[in-house]
Amino acid sequence: MSILVDKHTRLLVQGFTGREATFHAQQCIAYGTNIVGGVVPGKGGFRHLDLPVFNAMVEAVGSTGANASVIFVPPAYAADAIVEAADAGLPLVVCITEGIPALDMVRVWRFLEDHPTRLIGPNCPGIISPGKCKVGIMPGPIHRPGHVGVVSRSGTLTYEAVDQLSRRAIGQSTCIGIGGDPIVGTNFIDALKLFQADPDTGAIVLIGEIGGNAEELAAAYIRDHVTKPVISFIAGQTAPPGRRMGHAGAIISGGTGRAADKIHALKAVGVTVCASPADIGEAVESRL
Amino acid sequence: MKIHEYQAKTILTHYGVPVPRGEVVRTVEEAEAAARAIGGSVVVKAQIHAGGRGKGGGIKLAKNAAEATEAARRMLGMRLVTHQTGPEGRVVQRLLIEEALPIERELYLGIVLDRARGRPVFMASAAGGVEIEEVAARNPELVLKEHIQPGLGLLPFQARKLAYGMGIPAGSVSAAVSAMIALAGAYEGVDASLAEINPFIVTRDGKVYALDAKLNLDDSALFRHKNLLEMRDLQEEDPLEVEASRFNLNYIKLDGNVGCMVNGAGLAMATMDIIQHAGGSPANFLDVGGGATAEQIANAFRILVSDRNVKAVLINIFGGILRCDTLATGVVAAAKELKLQAPVVVRMEGTNVEVGRQILTESGLNFTVAEGMRDAAEKVVRLAQ
Repeated sequence: MSILVDKHTRLLVQGFTGREATFHAQQCIAYGTNIVGGVVPGKGGFRHLDLPVFNAMVEAVGSTGANASVIFVPPAYAADAIVEAADAGLPLVVCITEGIPALDMVRVWRFLEDHPTRLIGPNCPGIISPGKCKVGIMPGPIHRPGHVGVVSRSGTLTYEAVDQLSRRAIGQSTCIGIGGDPIVGTNFIDALKLFQADPDTGAIVLIGEIGGNAEELAAAYIRDHVTKPVISFIAGQTAPPGRRMGHAGAIISGGTGRAADKIHALKAVGVTVCASPADIGEAVESRL
Repeated sequence: MKIHEYQAKTILTHYGVPVPRGEVVRTVEEAEAAARAIGGSVVVKAQIHAGGRGKGGGIKLAKNAAEATEAARRMLGMRLVTHQTGPEGRVVQRLLIEEALPIERELYLGIVLDRARGRPVFMASAAGGVEIEEVAARNPELVLKEHIQPGLGLLPFQARKLAYGMGIPAGSVSAAVSAMIALAGAYEGVDASLAEINPFIVTRDGKVYALDAKLNLDDSALFRHKNLLEMRDLQEEDPLEVEASRFNLNYIKLDGNVGCMVNGAGLAMATMDIIQHAGGSPANFLDVGGGATAEQIANAFRILVSDRNVKAVLINIFGGILRCDTLATGVVAAAKELKLQAPVVVRMEGTNVEVGRQILTESGLNFTVAEGMRDAAEKVVRLAQ
């Protein structure tokens, strides 16, 4: 088993014909993901990567029976792409785009409150169930099918953690990058809930970073609801306060969002927190 | 993006938040003229991008134009050190000269994004004029909160709840309500990431004013606020950071001697952490991002090695969007052009890693290839010593 994406995923690519979208769609197809088409307003009727292109999501979903989309649309238009996908009835939307204005995401959040759609991202690497389906930009070959669930606010740091696991022959059930923005569709708690309920996931890796209090909220949820071992690393222990560390959401402000507080909260509920990012694989092995 | 108090007040005025009469000046002569024009007591306020100005001597009450002129003479060009500037402080280039008002009550108003609820939250407190974080930590019940509904803005009944909750005198409630609604409008109108009025005052004659104002703008939304871009003050930023921003690079200068170039913010932070864990000290945060071109990589490399403190460089790349071959091409080009002396440790994994490694090894340049983050950190820390 796995969560959210598997062999039954039928994927549409929004912003399909762009350079990065094309490259990553090819990589996803090579991995075995069933991409059924794409949407680019104004390019409906054309074919791209030997797949149909549509003008609108509702039309694309109707024609292909898609049940998920991945968004590579530029930041100014990405919020609209998310709500268009939700309006078309997709249960899962993965938004890779970085740099969407925060107040655009506030409006998206409000729109999604009235729709059953699960959004992953934005500003994320996507989601992969190794050996089954890859929806995103992560390098496929570093993953290995198995039983550890990975959830992270980061992209490349997730690859680092996954690589450490795979090199120790520890496979993953599903890896979700929830994104580095202040407002994201799926948070740590959502992912923890899914991994806890997934019979095929035996342990969970949670990779957090400075900014906000999502890790503290996750700690409270773990205390009350998660029985599986959780291993964590929090990035930004050496980050100065008041500076935005790349991700829009990674900033220590007004005394909140410090790595030390997050580490303390997670340790207090029995989570194994690694001091060094090089120790993640070893720590997971010790908890299995 | 941070802006100055006087710029924030210009924006707030546009949206209908009352602010004291004032003028921004750059010279002692202008300060004197402004103080005379305003008349009576004035407040002279240093304009820097940092809080805690009062304690550092950056805010002075002057009884008349002569005192204001004297205060301006002392402040202009001074290096103002506050708890937010770091020990090097900031040189004061501009002053805001404002009418002094008879303060009856000092309150706090603020708007931030509530990440867990996906909406901005309007905060108000009767305990204004002090650090709101301290109030929130010690007496959280003194910080009142109302979430702003997307598309609706702060509604009048919410503003009234806050006004009555803060104990604003009856005669000033409607003015305070208008000011709060206007503040919420400004927050949304300019795509702010933070708005703070501390203090928001009620005067003895029952009027309300934003006595101080802090507005941070959402960098991701600046593309639709071209007029606000000119409010950026490059003199408040580190020159290397300014240079990096020209190439859309996320660079933050730090105090250490190990330069880092990493793709992805999380991995960049983790790289800083592991350098410290290995006994070294990072010279910078640098996330070259996902879609970096070879040219951007070359510029990133040039910027990070132009920091004189850098003794060794760690390149840590896990290719996802960024392909390892793109990275290697950019690094080789930059290292050749710069005739680089400092040792470079490269750790590279992910998309097109084989091609990337080949480009590095065939470049004829002196790169140390590391296996894994721990090895990379230990090697670079040793080389930097």
